[in-house]
Amino acid sequence: MRFHLKIWRQERRDTPGKMVGYDVDGITADMSFLDMLDRLNERLVDKGERVVAFDNDCREGICGQCSLYIDGRAHGPGHATTTCQVHMRQFEDGDTIHVEPWRARAFPIISDLVVDRSAFDRVIQSGGYVSVHAGTAPEANSIPIPKDRADRSFDAATCIGCGACVAACKNGSAMLFTAAKVSHLSLLPQGRIEAQERALKMVAQMDREGFGNCSNTGACEAVCPKEISIEHIGRLNWEFLKAALSRGK
Amino acid sequence: MRLDAKIPDGPLPDKWSLHKSRIRLVNPANKRHLKIIVVGSGLAGASAAASFGEAGYRVDCFCFQDSPRRAHSIAAQGGINAAKNYQNDGDNVHRLFQDTIKGGDYRSREANVYRLAELSTSIIDQAVAQGVPFAREYGGLLANRSFGGVQVQRTFYARGQTGQQLLLGSYGALSRQIRSGTVTMHPRSEMLDLVVVDGQARGIVVRNLETGEIERYAAHAVVLATGGYGKIYYLSTLAMGCNATAIWRAHKRGALFANPSFNQIHPTCIPVLGDSQSKLTLMSESLRNDGRIWVPKAQGDGRKPNDIPEEERDYYLERKYPAFGNLTPRDIASRAAKEVCDEGRGAGPTGRATYLDFRDAVARVGRQVISERYGNLFDMYRTITGIDPYVDPMLIYPASHFSMGGLWVDYNLMTTIPGLFALGECNFSDHGANRLGANSLLQACVDGYFVIPYTMTDYLAGERGKKPLPTDHPAFDEAAKGVDEQVRHFTTNAGKRSVDSFHRELGEVLWDSCSISRTAAGLESAISRVRDLRAEFHRDVKVPGGADRLNPEIEKAGRVADYLDLGELMCHDALQREESCGAHFREEYQRDGEAVRNDEEFMYVSAWEYQGPGGAPKLHKETLEFEYSTPAVRSYK
Repeated sequence: MRFHLKIWRQERRDTPGKMVGYDVDGITADMSFLDMLDRLNERLVDKGERVVAFDNDCREGICGQCSLYIDGRAHGPGHATTTCQVHMRQFEDGDTIHVEPWRARAFPIISDLVVDRSAFDRVIQSGGYVSVHAGTAPEANSIPIPKDRADRSFDAATCIGCGACVAACKNGSAMLFTAAKVSHLSLLPQGRIEAQERALKMVAQMDREGFGNCSNTGACEAVCPKEISIEHIGRLNWEFLKAALSRGK
Repeated sequence: MRLDAKIPDGPLPDKWSLHKSRIRLVNPANKRHLKIIVVGSGLAGASAAASFGEAGYRVDCFCFQDSPRRAHSIAAQGGINAAKNYQNDGDNVHRLFQDTIKGGDYRSREANVYRLAELSTSIIDQAVAQGVPFAREYGGLLANRSFGGVQVQRTFYARGQTGQQLLLGSYGALSRQIRSGTVTMHPRSEMLDLVVVDGQARGIVVRNLETGEIERYAAHAVVLATGGYGKIYYLSTLAMGCNATAIWRAHKRGALFANPSFNQIHPTCIPVLGDSQSKLTLMSESLRNDGRIWVPKAQGDGRKPNDIPEEERDYYLERKYPAFGNLTPRDIASRAAKEVCDEGRGAGPTGRATYLDFRDAVARVGRQVISERYGNLFDMYRTITGIDPYVDPMLIYPASHFSMGGLWVDYNLMTTIPGLFALGECNFSDHGANRLGANSLLQACVDGYFVIPYTMTDYLAGERGKKPLPTDHPAFDEAAKGVDEQVRHFTTNAGKRSVDSFHRELGEVLWDSCSISRTAAGLESAISRVRDLRAEFHRDVKVPGGADRLNPEIEKAGRVADYLDLGELMCHDALQREESCGAHFREEYQRDGEAVRNDEEFMYVSAWEYQGPGGAPKLHKETLEFEYSTPAVRSYK
C-alpha cells in the first residue's frame, strides 16, 4: 500500500509550523499506524532530514503517550482505541492522511506532533489521590467493597491520561479526565473521605491550567480510548456542588 | 573485589525484622538537608521517591517519558502475588518463598526472596488504601487467580490492567509529594552518566530531551529504578523507550552487572507478522488459566484450527507436564513452544506459532464469564491481528519480556558503588534464572515502598553533615563532557545507516544465539558479530536533525550504543555458564529434553566488572547458599 501524508511540522515551541506532504510506500495492511510513521522516519534519515517527532512508548494502548489527530479525529478511525492500535488495514490504498498534534490551549506544542501535557500532571497533583502514608495501611480485606462498586470505580480508573478528550473538545475542556479521577476515588470508601475537597481542588487547578468549560457535547466520550462515560462528569459536578454549597463558595 | 551481600544474621524468617531494628535512623531535622536522586518513575521509582519525600528528604526524580505515569510498569497485565491466603488453599509466606526460589531454578539469594515473600502481604494493604480497584468477589472481599509455576491462587488483579492500577496508585503518592514540594519531577530527562568521586556515587548527568541541554544534579545518594533491557532484542513486549542506558553507564563507572544473560522469553505473545513490526504484544499469562495450548500432531497440517479434530491435537504442555499443565513456568513453556515449531508442527502463516484455545473454557463457563476475565485482552488481540479469539484460537509465540539480570545489589539493594542503589527490574536480586508470573510488580513495589526507605536511611545516616558535590566539580565536568561528545559524535557522523537498522540487526543476532536456547558455538559467533556490528555502528550511524532540540534519533542512538555493549556481555555470560538453568538453556546441558543444572560448579551469581572499551569483562562470583530450601531438579511433571 502507498499513502500521501500531510503532517504538521514545527521545529520548536516558539517557531511557526505548517502542514508538509510526504509519500510513503511499501506499507502492508498488518502494519500499525506508528510502524508506518517509523517507515517514513527511516526514509527521512536516509535523506538526512529531521525525523517527525511523535510521542509513543508502550504501543499496546495503555501508557497513554501516543496522541495523534488523524484525519480530524483524535486517535484516528475506529472506536475505543489509541493511535498505536490503529492499523493500516483501516485505510484504503492511496489515501491522503492528515496527521496533526493535539490542539488545545493547555497543551502547547513542543515539536511536530509532540505536545506538553504536564497540565494533566498538575491537575492530579492538586488532589487526585488518597492521602495515605506510604508504607503503612490497614489489612486490605478490612474494607469490603461491593463488587459492582469496585467495577464502576475501575471503569473510571482505567483512564490512561492521553488527552484525547481535551483535544476533541471544542472548548479544550479537561472535564472527562478530571471527572474520571474524582469518580474513581469517590466511589471507594478509601477515597470518599476527601471527595469534596478533591473535587474543589482539581477543578480549580483545571481552570488555572487554561482548560475550557464543559458544554456537554459528548465529543470527549466519543474518542476516549477507554470508553470512559460522561456520567462521571455528572458525579464530578455533584461532588463539586455539594462541596461548594457546604462551604458557601 | 570481594562481593559481600551483607545478609543479616539470624534465622531466615527473622532476618528482615532483626535488620530493621538494627539499622541507623536519621532525625527529621537532618532529613531536610539530605538529597536523593531517583532515576525512573515506574512502580519501584515512584514508590521510592514518594516514600523518601514523605520521610522528609529532598528528592529529584527523573523519567524519559512526558509524565511519570507512563512508565512501563503500566503495561503489566496479569497481577501481583501476595501470600494472603484469602482463598484458604494452603498458601503462606514460606510457600511463596519456595515457589519463587524453585521458579528461579535455585539461582537467587534466599534472604532476598524470603523478604520479598514476607512483604508481599503489606503491598496489597498499601495498594487497597491508595484506592487501587482490585477485582472483588460478590461478598466485597478481594478476588484471586492462579499464575504459572504455582498450585495456589495468590494473584491479585485489576482486570488485565493490574500494572496500570498499581502504577497509578504510586503515581498518586508521588504526585502528592510533588505538590508538597518534597519531590521535584524532571520528565523528558534521560540519565546519561553517573558521577563517582572517591568511589562514591555523588550525582548524575542528564540530557533534557526537549532542549538537548546537558544538566547536572548532585545528591547524597542515587537510586536507579530504570526497568529491564529486554528491548535489546528489538522485538519484545517492552515499550519502545525501555533501555539499559542508566544501568550500563553505571556499570561503566564500576557497578557490577549480574547474570546479564538471564532474560525471560515470555511464552504467550502475538507472533511476528511481518518485517516492519516494532513490537510484540504480550497476551497475559493469566490467559493460561482458561486457555489450552496446542499444535497439530502432524507436521505441516494446513487445516484451519477449528477443523482439526480433538484426537489430532497435541496439548503438549498438558501431555509433558501433567501436574502443572498449561500453567508451567514461562521458561519451560517457551522452550516447549520452540520445540514443537522446530519439529515442523507450528501453526499460523509462518509456522512459528502455537494455538491458545478458549473453546473448552467458553463451553464450560460461557462467553460472558470469559469476557469478564479477559475482555480487554481479547479486544486487543482482535485489534492487532483481526482474529476473534472467541471463535478462533489465538496464535501465540514466545517473545522477550523481562530481565532477571541487572545490576548486582547487596541485601540493602546497594550496588558495588557506595551510594548507588538499584530497585525493581534493573537489579538482579529476586528472580534467579527465571521469574514467576506476577512476581515482577511485587518486587517493584516491595523494593520501593518497603525495603529502600529503611536501607537508604541507614546509608544516609553516614552522610549526615556532608554537603552535596558542587556541580562545577571536575568529576561533573568530565562526565558532562563525555555525554556531550557522544551526542556530538552521533549528530555529526558522516554515516549512512539508521539507528533502527542497527538495533534490528543486533536483535536478530541475539535472538538467534542468546535467547530461548544457546550453544557455545552460537555464542562465540554472536560475540564476534556483535563486535563487528558495534564498530560499524560507531563508524556508520546516521543521526540527522541536530542536538539542541527534541530529536528521538539521538535518544535511540545512545540506547543502541549501550545495547551493543551489553549484548556482548550477555553472550559472554551465557558462554561462561556451562549448565542449563531457568531461562538459560544451553543445548549441550540437557537430559531427555529437560534442562540440567550443575550445582557443583555453578551455584553462584555471575557479577561482571567492566574493564574498559574492548576489554574482556572480569567475573566475580557470589556463591549461593541454600539453608531453607533444597536445590532439586525442578519438576513440573
